[in-house]
This record gives sequence, structure tokens and C-alpha cells, in this order.
Amino acid sequence: MTPGDRKRLGAGLLFISPWIAGFLLFLLYPMVSSFYYSLCRYPMLRPPQFIGLGNYARLLHDEYFWKALGNTAFMFIELPLMVCLGLGLALLLNQAVRGMPFFRTVFYLPAIVPIVASAMLWLWIYNPEYGLANVLLTKLHLPHLRWLVDPRTSKLSFIIMDLWAAGAGMIIYLAALQGVPEHLFEAAELDGAGAWQKLIHVIMPSISPVVLFMVIMGMITLFQYFTQAWIMTQPRGGPEYSTLFYALYLFQNGFEYFRMGYACAMAWILFVIILGATLLILRSSQRWVYYEESR
Amino acid sequence: MKSKTVKRKVTVAVVYALLCGFGALFFLPFLWLVTTSLKADDAIFEFPPRWIPSRRERIEVEGRLRGVYTLQVQGEHLKVVHLKDSPQGAHVRVLEPEVRGGEKLLVAKEDMRPVRHIHFRWENYPRALRTFPFLLYTRNTLLIAVSVVIGTLVSCSVVAYGFARMRWPGRDLAFILVLATMMLPDQALVLPRFIMFRHLGWIGTFKPLIVPAFFGTAFDIFLLRQFFLTLPGELSDAARIDGCSELGILWRIVVPLSKPALATVALLTFIWCWLDFMGPLVYLNDESMYTLALGLAAFLGRHGADWSGLMAAGTVVIAPIVAIFFLAQRTFIRGIALTGMKG
Repeated sequence: MTPGDRKRLGAGLLFISPWIAGFLLFLLYPMVSSFYYSLCRYPMLRPPQFIGLGNYARLLHDEYFWKALGNTAFMFIELPLMVCLGLGLALLLNQAVRGMPFFRTVFYLPAIVPIVASAMLWLWIYNPEYGLANVLLTKLHLPHLRWLVDPRTSKLSFIIMDLWAAGAGMIIYLAALQGVPEHLFEAAELDGAGAWQKLIHVIMPSISPVVLFMVIMGMITLFQYFTQAWIMTQPRGGPEYSTLFYALYLFQNGFEYFRMGYACAMAWILFVIILGATLLILRSSQRWVYYEESR
Repeated sequence: MKSKTVKRKVTVAVVYALLCGFGALFFLPFLWLVTTSLKADDAIFEFPPRWIPSRRERIEVEGRLRGVYTLQVQGEHLKVVHLKDSPQGAHVRVLEPEVRGGEKLLVAKEDMRPVRHIHFRWENYPRALRTFPFLLYTRNTLLIAVSVVIGTLVSCSVVAYGFARMRWPGRDLAFILVLATMMLPDQALVLPRFIMFRHLGWIGTFKPLIVPAFFGTAFDIFLLRQFFLTLPGELSDAARIDGCSELGILWRIVVPLSKPALATVALLTFIWCWLDFMGPLVYLNDESMYTLALGLAAFLGRHGADWSGLMAAGTVVIAPIVAIFFLAQRTFIRGIALTGMKG
């Protein structure tokens, strides 16, 4: 390394030093310490006491842990629905029609409603006696559902509510659609491609990196499913534990049962699962994500 | 040629039909929120519900408020006031038409239809705001949000400058590390962070919510770096030759040119603070320090059946965000477009 290099390295590190400090303090230290706690019995009020892999062994036999994992896995039905709805709305809005800003606003608004407020609103919508959801079912001549109160429909209720906020993804797909290079469309038109062929052969490949980004972010969000379940189901975890999600059970172990070591073990399992899922998605992406040749 | 314009018209019609259909579905919950917030209690528990808030007409008879109904007796429309029920039916007194006024009748209860008038019950709002200290919670939320915005802007622009406008060995590797931290789930880090802040004695203060922002957040660093990369290099080269320091270039040249990107980061951060629930839930324990989101959840826990009050409080929490979105729509959309950029 030349002296010039060393000087530039010093200057660069100086500029990113706030991030380095934050990384060490608020990420690396918590991660390392939580790994240590995960190997301890740690009831918060007494100091941690090393027990080796005891927490992990106990988790394997904890039926609620498996229940929570299963419930969270079920919610992954939402991921493709979210991508399709967001992308579909974005394609609609990308048509050259009047009033686009108005519709964009209508679809996007639910995405900026605070989750607490939307959870409250949907709790009322799902009210089995007087709620809007059953009003709509009446209009469609369908039997009423008990929504959040029924273990068979409780997770479905959450999925519908989340789809309402699909505008968050829509806005990002819309930006990506508007960035598809014009010359690709012209080339496709010269080749006589119809609308469907343009979608499959021009639009989808061009925006596939954005779809990949959204799938990974969506996956991480689903593993962290918490606020809705915390607010909307009483007792927490819902009827027959049908809405006991992973993050909810983790939080309860830590802050309600004060089993910090146990909860940290759950957190580390979550890290590993998310890492594995991310690698899996990235690996599959080599087959469906198209990167433009670097210019 | 003609078939092409016809085809285009059909496409536009289908697009509009889909937009309006989905639009109505997406908008319905908002309508439900606002109508419920303006309803009287007896109108809330009605099935099927009415979309326009109304209330029953009642008049005072013999010292008590009694309901007014319409009914049809032998082809004649009557407006009556309900006096009492007996096993034989309902005892009523005719109000209209005036010629039969005062006449007492015994009628079947099923025939009577309550008279309703459109009525917006605005009192739900002051009532909700009394049980839910909106101003205090707004002040707390603003205090946190503004501090976090300042911290984020200062730290992230310095760090993003280091990644975008300076050349140093290992820079790209370090940037990949920054991006990788975006993948770490907050939920899994909240426990060890809580333990750390507890050792520092910060639980029950705003510090755990504010201080980390001064160390930069991966997402905002990424966003600003993408923008800084698009600025022309010549200006900073010229300044460097004139002996301007790197911080000077950042402050005098890059920051003034990056106002749109900085505004986007400020806006997104502000909204994120306004929405955040888990952070305040974990770190705050004194009710006088609650944020709007946390306060709303507490209100829901305590007054779970007061739907009109809850919806009024919800409207009050949602309205500022919607207003900000309308005022700053362009800044917002631009920021989202930056997010979607391939990185």
C-alpha cells in the first residue's frame, strides 16, 4: 500500500466512521451478546448463567415454537399474492390514461396508514356482528365468516388486510416500469410483438432485479410479522394459537415471560433461517433475474 | 387503422373499469373509518349498516325521551311516538297527519319503522381526544421524529459522501457490508439492544429511539449514495484544487445540489418515525412519554368497544400523514424511484 493509498484509506474511514461506530455498537455487539445469551439461562433480573445448548434443545420440544414456525410459514402465501397485486396495479397505472395521479394516490394511501391505526380499523371491519367484511359477504349472498375469531380464517384475515397495503410495492414497480428503456419496446414492436409478448419478453426481464429485491424484503417482513398480531388478537396468539407468529412468540418469551436466553436462541434461529432463505432466493434468481450487460 | 383505434378504446375502457373497481375496494375501508367516527352509538350497532351517519328522532313525552316511528295503518301513513309496550303490541300516539294528532293506537311492533335523520356526531372527536391525550402524544412523536431526522441527515450524508465521492481501498467491500446489514431483522436484535440500553439506564427515555439515528441507517446511506453518484465530479475537483477540504466540499457543493434527495430522506424518516410501533413499545414505559402509535394501541386496549371513539382517534392519527403525502407527493415518489434503482 502506497503512502497515498494509506492517506486515502484514512480519510475514507474517517468519513464512514459514524456508520462503523453504529455497526459495532448497535449491530455487532447486540448480535454477539445475543449469541452468548442464547447459551444461557437469563431471567433478566438475575445475571446470565451458562447452560450450553440447553435453550436450543428445549426449543426443539416446544410445541408453540413449531406452531409459531408453521403459522409464519403459512403467511408466505401472501408473498406471491403481494407481488402479483403490486405488479398488476403498477401495470394498470402505467397505461397512458387520464387521472393517473388520482388512482396512484388511492392505491398508495393504505400503505402509509400507521399499522396500529390500520389494525384498529380492520378489527372493526372484521367485527363478526357489525363489520364491513360481513356486509360485503351479505351483498354477495355468501355466508358470514367469523374472521379473526375463527382459527380457520384468522390468518386469511391478516393476509387480506396486508394486501390492502400492496400500494407500497406498486409504487416501486411503477418506478421500475417507467425506467424500462424505450428502445426495447420499439425493437419489440418492429418484431411484431403483441402486448402479452412485450410483457413477458421486455417488461418482466427489465424489472426482474426489482422483483428480486421486493421478494427478499417481503420475506424478511413476513418473518417479522408482529404488530398486527400483537394488536388484533386477544389473547395474543389468537384462537387456538392460530396467529401465534414467530416474532410474536419471540417477543412474548423475552418481554412477558422474561426468558431472555430462550428468546435470544429463537432470534438466532431466525437469523439462520433468513440467511438460508435469502441464499436460496438469490440462487434461484440466477434463473429468472436478468441483469443488463454493464455499459 | 380503424380497428386499431377501436382496440385502443376497448383497452382504455377495460383499464378504467379495473382501476375504478380496485380503487373502490381500496377506498372503502377509509370511508368506513370516517363514517363510523361520526356515528352515534345506536347507529354503529346496526346491520346492515348505513353509510351516512344518522340518528333516531326522539321527542320528550311525559318527562321521557321516546322514539318516533312511521307506520301504515289501513293504507294511511302515520308518524307516531312510542309510549309503551304491552303483550298485545305497542301503544303509540299519532303525531302526523295533524287531523289525527293525539289519537292513541295499539299497533304491531313489527310494522313500526324508526325515523332517522342525517346527523354527524362531531362530539366523538373531542370525546376521543379527551381520553386520548392527542397533543401530548403528538409532541412526543414530533420530538422523536425531528431528532431522528436531524441525526439521520447529518450522519448519512457524511457516510454516503465517503462511499460516493471519495476513492479509497476497500470502499466497495465496506459498502456491501452496509447493504448486507439491511437484511438483519430488527425483531431479532431488539432483545440484546434492550439489554444493552437497560445497562446504560436508557429504558424509559427517548434515547434508545433517537441516538442510533446519529450513527446512520443503511437504507438512507444507500439512498443518498445513489444520488451523490449522479452529481458531476468536476465541481468538487475544482474545489479540491482551490484547497477546499472534503467536509467543505460536502457542505458547500454536494449538500446544496442534493436538496431533493435530502428532502426525500427527511420525509421517509419522518414518516417511519410516525408509524413505528415496536421501538416505543419496547423502550418506553411511562404513559406520559407515549407516541401516537403506542397511545392509540393503549386506547384500543382500554376502550375496545367504543368504536366511534376509536375511529375518531384513528382518523386524527391518519389525517396528518395523508396531508403530508398530498403536500409532498413529488418528493415522495422521487424517493421511492431512487429506492427501486438497481443497487
